[in-house]
Amino acid sequence: MRILWVVLRKELLEQWRSYRLLIVCVVLLLFGLASPLLAKYTPQLLRLALPEGEEILNLIPPPTVGDAVSQYLKNITQFGVLLAVLMAMGLVALEKDKGTAGLMLAKPIPRGVFLIAKFVALGLTFAAGILLAAVSGYYYTLLLFEPLSLSAWLGLNALLLTFILVYVAVTLLCSTVTDSQVVSGGLALVFVVVLSGLSAVPRLGEFMPGQLNTWAAGLVTGHGEPAWAALGVSVGLIVAALVVAWLVFERQEL
Amino acid sequence: MTAIRIEGLTKRFGTVQALDGLSLAVEPGSVYGFLGPNGAGKTTTIRILTGLARADAGRGWIDGVEVTADLRGASRRIGYLPQDPSFYPWMTAREFIDYVGRVFGLSAAERAARTGELLELAGLVEAADRRIGGYSGGMGQRLGIAQALVNRPPVLLLDEPVSGLDPAGRRELLQLIEQLRGQCTVFMSTHILADVERVCDSVGIISRGRLVAEAPQQELLQRYAVPAFEIEVDSRSTGELSAWADRVRAQPWVASVTLERSVARVVVDDVGVARRELLGSALDAGLDLNRYEMVRPSLEDVFLKVVESGGEG
Repeated sequence: MRILWVVLRKELLEQWRSYRLLIVCVVLLLFGLASPLLAKYTPQLLRLALPEGEEILNLIPPPTVGDAVSQYLKNITQFGVLLAVLMAMGLVALEKDKGTAGLMLAKPIPRGVFLIAKFVALGLTFAAGILLAAVSGYYYTLLLFEPLSLSAWLGLNALLLTFILVYVAVTLLCSTVTDSQVVSGGLALVFVVVLSGLSAVPRLGEFMPGQLNTWAAGLVTGHGEPAWAALGVSVGLIVAALVVAWLVFERQEL
Repeated sequence: MTAIRIEGLTKRFGTVQALDGLSLAVEPGSVYGFLGPNGAGKTTTIRILTGLARADAGRGWIDGVEVTADLRGASRRIGYLPQDPSFYPWMTAREFIDYVGRVFGLSAAERAARTGELLELAGLVEAADRRIGGYSGGMGQRLGIAQALVNRPPVLLLDEPVSGLDPAGRRELLQLIEQLRGQCTVFMSTHILADVERVCDSVGIISRGRLVAEAPQQELLQRYAVPAFEIEVDSRSTGELSAWADRVRAQPWVASVTLERSVARVVVDDVGVARRELLGSALDAGLDLNRYEMVRPSLEDVFLKVVESGGEG
């Protein structure tokens, strides 16, 4: 436990010094702020852009709190996944390539601790980013629409974080199997595409992490069913990715 | 108890036999030069001792702890400097040494004291709070030695510690290694013979994954002593020196003649004949002599002889 804290402390400091924390927080905060704004003002912007298109514009229903939530979910998941791949693809690969992994792992640091500290640190970075996005999104939704159920909003953001952590864990695995962060990023993007494809398959899609977003939207709107199976699969994917990464890393020569 | 003991270490990379039953023993407190041409298996040996690579067969002990059986126990007993050390560029040297101290479980007071001592030893006090990303190669190597000493290891493993440095950086680092004599066992891999001659008490020569010679440096020089003479001429005589070298090379009692500017090094098979013939031959050739002497064999002579013969003879 002591060594985990020592390595985690260094990883957290690295999140700060390498600007990963700043980038994740700023991007997610901006999309947290912008989502209710976009939902509210997009029809008005269209009206300004299409002064002659009154008939078309009349077809657009007035914006609701549901639009703000769905805009928030769409933006945070898309940019969250992109950030997860970008931030995690070099975590291990770069250290192996540069030699810092070899230098540090010749000291009494278990390889499992080396990996888990990186996952926890990046996970906390995303938790901080989503917290900021949630606070700003909640506040602007309150200003522009109506108050959201606080518990439902917290649940939505917890599901969002779980969804993003799947991609953090899988990208960390990709970063462990290769010495190149470019190859690692490429492998992770293949996984993103495959998982998106599987989410679109009827029945099978109900078990995929993407279903968490449907559940999250339903929490706020009051419609939809919990997707416990998708949550189980998501947590399972996170654990499996970390265990496989550890097993692979234990066997690697540095 | 030996500081490092290796028995029958074997490692293959595809079709390349990197280590072929390597065995050696290093006495505590010595500065051991692990000498060999590029690709001989030096780095592979060190990576196995640090646990970064696994041997196909054989065993290794560090300070009595078997590396393969108790890697974490062994890792507490070593300090390691890889060939091209890389650090976290966003950290300062002080932070990095402090981090290594935390890894080894030193208390805050111990870390503060040790960090100060090591920054002083490595000559990095003034640069201690600068980011490592801005360090020169020499500063990086010195930081590498400092971080390897944080846990006061009984064994220090240095993989080609001076290979990438300029002459000034090399001198500084060799002085640093000399300061460690007696404090811990230094196991230093290198292919630079002059560095081994300067700092190492004992030498092991590895070739094609096998130890072909191992002894204290002076003993090795005596064992593989090759009688040699050096003749240095005035710069105006270098043309004649070259012609004379060709004639001498053909003599049956001469093993080899090497020329470097105005100096000829003549390695002989029969010292008696050489003593009678060589000087007279040089004078007859009209060489304008500045120096003529029988020289002690260099480690380079020993190295070439041992590696070429595979340790026989």
